[in-house]
Amino acid sequence: MTATAATTTAAPPAAAAASTSASAQRAPWALVLPALALFVAVLVVPLAMTVLLSFHNWGQYTGIEPVLVLKNWAEIWSDGYFLEMFVRTFRIAALATVLTALLGAPEAYILHRMRPPWKGLFLLVVLGPLLISVVARTLGWALLFGGENGVANKGLIALGLIDRPLPFMFTETGVVIALAHVMMPFMVLSVWAALQRLDPQIENAATSLGAGSLTVIGRIILPQIMPGILAGGIIVFSLSASAFATPAIIGGRRLKVASTLAYDEFLNTLNWPLGAAVAVLLLLAIVLIVVGSNALIERRYAEVFR
Amino acid sequence: MAFLELDHVSKRFGGHVAVEGFCLSVAKGEFISFLGPSGCGKTTTLQMIAGFLDPSGGAIRLDGRDLARVRPARRGLGIVFQSYALFPHLTAAENIAFGLEMRGVPRAEREARVRDALAMVGLAGYGERHPRRMSGGQQQRVALARALVIRPDVLLLDEPLSNLDAKLREDMQIELRQIQRNLGTTTVLVTHDQTEAMALSDRIVVMSKGRIEQIGTPHETYERPASAFVSHFLGKTNEFPAEVRPNGSGRVLVAGSCRWPAPAGPSGAVTITVRPEKVAFADGTADGLAARIANRIFQGNHWLFQCETECGAALVVRQNNGERQPAEGEAVRLVWRAEDMGLRRGGEA
Repeated sequence: MTATAATTTAAPPAAAAASTSASAQRAPWALVLPALALFVAVLVVPLAMTVLLSFHNWGQYTGIEPVLVLKNWAEIWSDGYFLEMFVRTFRIAALATVLTALLGAPEAYILHRMRPPWKGLFLLVVLGPLLISVVARTLGWALLFGGENGVANKGLIALGLIDRPLPFMFTETGVVIALAHVMMPFMVLSVWAALQRLDPQIENAATSLGAGSLTVIGRIILPQIMPGILAGGIIVFSLSASAFATPAIIGGRRLKVASTLAYDEFLNTLNWPLGAAVAVLLLLAIVLIVVGSNALIERRYAEVFR
Repeated sequence: MAFLELDHVSKRFGGHVAVEGFCLSVAKGEFISFLGPSGCGKTTTLQMIAGFLDPSGGAIRLDGRDLARVRPARRGLGIVFQSYALFPHLTAAENIAFGLEMRGVPRAEREARVRDALAMVGLAGYGERHPRRMSGGQQQRVALARALVIRPDVLLLDEPLSNLDAKLREDMQIELRQIQRNLGTTTVLVTHDQTEAMALSDRIVVMSKGRIEQIGTPHETYERPASAFVSHFLGKTNEFPAEVRPNGSGRVLVAGSCRWPAPAGPSGAVTITVRPEKVAFADGTADGLAARIANRIFQGNHWLFQCETECGAALVVRQNNGERQPAEGEAVRLVWRAEDMGLRRGGEA
């Protein structure tokens, strides 16, 4: 924009102007070309191929046949098993999102209220886990609650508080808790960012008008950080719905979700077209939910965002 | 009768003394300004009155009752913050109604009072706007209405006009004074702007480094500054090194080629202080401080002269009243009336 405007006003001879303006228009494209090429090569092309793959046929003895059929989509549509998988996926993601919001928002507020040396230290404690692989963090839960050998289970049984191991592995509750733990930093960061935008005097202002501390939090702070909580919720929800490592380790084969289902279709059944259909449907569903809720939030909180 | 009383109030942050021995009694309906440079403790004092900070020593009393044990929410003070601190998710009317709601004022009365408050600050019809859709001046008015609608015992203003541009600031000063006079609300203003303090207040508390330098009416603090700090902070002052010598039976004040009969007070090395607007030009034969005009600057309603005198640099302000003014480079004599001259012990400024 600026480059074209500059060249059209600056160069008087017509021929020179034409050539400079043409090169000026090429320059931005040339500059984005490497990134664009990478984007197309590793994202657009594989995605398009996956979509195409979901329309191919597959047979036990014939393998993948490059024809265009709706067989896989029809199967997902008609077989209740897939519906159950998707409902479970989004139920787990929604519960994990609610859990991170309920714990993460107060956590961020407490962090925000802390004094300097502790503030930095505890922020590091909250964000530190991001430096460790999701697999390692999830395996921690498996070590704690992995049946009879889980450290926490052993300890609780030894103390006589429970008489058999807590059901954690291969349960929805376990997956929700582990996902909430893994996703917590995203929620805290998002709420933290919203808290940074608050006027530092706003609590004093509300207090001076006669509000108690609960009223201040409920009526003044919470409405202002709500966009942060909802933005964090969108991040946590989409990452949880598409998460693979955590449901794979905690849920395993017994408790499948959409991502582990697609994985199994690809690598165990070798029914790539069906796996591709599941993956494409998951992607579409998440994109729709995220874009939709984002639009709703932006409309609802127009005043706070300005 | 003291309505708001600060009795030897002090505040320490660790080893740093922010406010020390602050004593002040404010009468009901009075408009008081805390004036001083940043870091002088004026905002700290205001925060202690509001209850956001606890004093390290001393007592604050409102209408005879000690505020030490009263929580900020129960003090019933109206506060306008420098940043306004409006609630961005509420409309202007909801912002103003918030304090009334907290006091359990019934809805019908609340609505009427909010309407009146909006009208009072000249924002009738703006109630449904959100703060971020309003200009700085409008936000300022909403903040003022929000603080006043609860009919506070004391209105505290923390640099409320410093975020407005010069023209708007002047208008708001006049309006603020008008509203305060009409309502008769006891008001404490914190400011670093001396013209603002002088334009608005009944009395000014000049502060420096956590201590009170002077308490007085704007006129008193300007005309009879209690310390060198006050005379420099409020307006401009010329200072000339001089000497009080014994002369026969009496004493005489000597500065350069000038002499005056010495007033009662210090002897030896002294400093003469005189405001730039009190100095007049006389021709070369008159008895006055010899000077040469180094620079003359036209400022519309007045001229500003930078002079080099036999006793150092001096500023002279003359009204642009049509009289002939000396040109740059011209030799003049500076004269002033003896009662406009202040005397301070010590030679150098």
